[in-house]
Amino acid sequence: MAEAENIIDVVDLTVGYDGIRLMENLNFSVSRGEIFGILGGSGSGKSTLLKHLIGLYRPFSGDIRIFGESMVNAGERAKRDLRRKFGVSYQNGALFGSMTLLENVAMPLEEHTDLSREEIKEIALEKLRSVGLEKFADYLPAEISGGMMKRAGLARALALNPELLFFDEPSAGLDPLMSADLDRLILSLRDSTGTTIVLVTHELESIFSIIDRVIILDRESRGIIDSGDPRLLRTGSEHKWVRDFLSRDGMTLAASSVRR
Amino acid sequence: MRTFIINVGRDAADGFSGAAGGVAFLGEVCCGVAETLRHPEKLRWRFVWYYLELCGRKSVPIVVYICFLMGVILAFQAAVQLRNYGAELFVADLLAFSVLKELGPLMVAVIATGRAGSSFAAEIGTMKVDEEINALRTMGINPCRFLVVPKLLAMVVSLPLLTVIGDIMGLAGGLAVAVSYLGMPAGVYISRTFEVLRPDVLYMGVLKTVFFAVLITLVGCYRGFASSSDAQGVGRAATLAVVNGILAVVIADAVLTLVYMAWGY
Repeated sequence: MAEAENIIDVVDLTVGYDGIRLMENLNFSVSRGEIFGILGGSGSGKSTLLKHLIGLYRPFSGDIRIFGESMVNAGERAKRDLRRKFGVSYQNGALFGSMTLLENVAMPLEEHTDLSREEIKEIALEKLRSVGLEKFADYLPAEISGGMMKRAGLARALALNPELLFFDEPSAGLDPLMSADLDRLILSLRDSTGTTIVLVTHELESIFSIIDRVIILDRESRGIIDSGDPRLLRTGSEHKWVRDFLSRDGMTLAASSVRR
Repeated sequence: MRTFIINVGRDAADGFSGAAGGVAFLGEVCCGVAETLRHPEKLRWRFVWYYLELCGRKSVPIVVYICFLMGVILAFQAAVQLRNYGAELFVADLLAFSVLKELGPLMVAVIATGRAGSSFAAEIGTMKVDEEINALRTMGINPCRFLVVPKLLAMVVSLPLLTVIGDIMGLAGGLAVAVSYLGMPAGVYISRTFEVLRPDVLYMGVLKTVFFAVLITLVGCYRGFASSSDAQGVGRAATLAVVNGILAVVIADAVLTLVYMAWGY
């Protein structure tokens, strides 16, 4: 069987901010079509790692190659071109408050394509439809709920049909039903378009229902403590903290955290 | 003593890093302006209109009040002194030159700093907290083109227009004092004003405000981009936008006055 093509290669990466090193010498890859999770306890550097992957922060050392191109060594223009190939769905949607949902979703199309106004509107409506928000196209972000904002943010991230999508805590702050809806949406997106998805989360429901493979970050060792299929790690990890984290029944993890 | 030295070193390091950030921001703005000139169709005119409204039309009442009262105060002070020498007519000269050359542009710039500069910083700072700036970057869009260029354009258009209004109101304040306090006929005051004023005095004063508009916008926006991602950080950014903006305007005014003097104005 042919080896799956890597969409992301992280090589000896040391990340952090303001002179503080959070994670050192990280090495991992994400294959095409995979749903890949970045897990870890609070303050372990999950979101910081994500910000490095999407090129918002510059690492202390190491390299991040996305679609074979270095994100770290790319100039500003090359980085901007590279960013057009992937979408990012932010924790709270990061929608522009002065623009309607339709205008928000249309924005990447207006910026990066030569499509006519009508074509852009049609595509933007189609993307909103795909996340169940076509009826809210003319609403401002302040007029919709948090869950809807996340979905609208996802619609905007999908506007240019990216091959790679990053999610920052997609289910955070959502009720279980809405969270399950969003998980189904992410899964159907991967299954229907083959999009590679990288998400930062610590929602167990999402981890077990949609993620193929995870890395688990550890604040104390400043590295990846374990990696693999989360369903196998839940019982098979060598690390008690990982088993506790993935089989979280509250008490176990709390006790484990206290001991640590 | 050790703490003092450490703090001085830390402040110096912060100063250098702030300066480096400022240079990087200026570079991004230049790229944003160049991109807009290359692709003018991508300029969001709706935002330009919005900022024209915010910085221009909505600033008219405050400019009218402040500049009129500034003219009144200046004329009163001048009248009291000049009356001792029977030179009341020269109130018109003093008002015309000081308002059109210096005080009009400066007062309007200070008002604009308080209104627009702080608003720019707070808006961009809040967008930073909400990750909207990050969203722009990850969409491959230069945030300066999207956020700074419309503000810059609106300010460069609205500030000179506001200055003309401010100048007229300042002169009107002087006229009110001349008529009511000095008992001077309005026609005499007005004809004296037109007699001493050359159009280039007005033009050079208004030209100053183009520089002021650029400075106020850049300082306000930079403070927004440099704000820390929390509510207090946004508040501090708005305050710094006003403080630094006024300082920048006053320094620029001093430099431009020297340049104008060298040119013979």
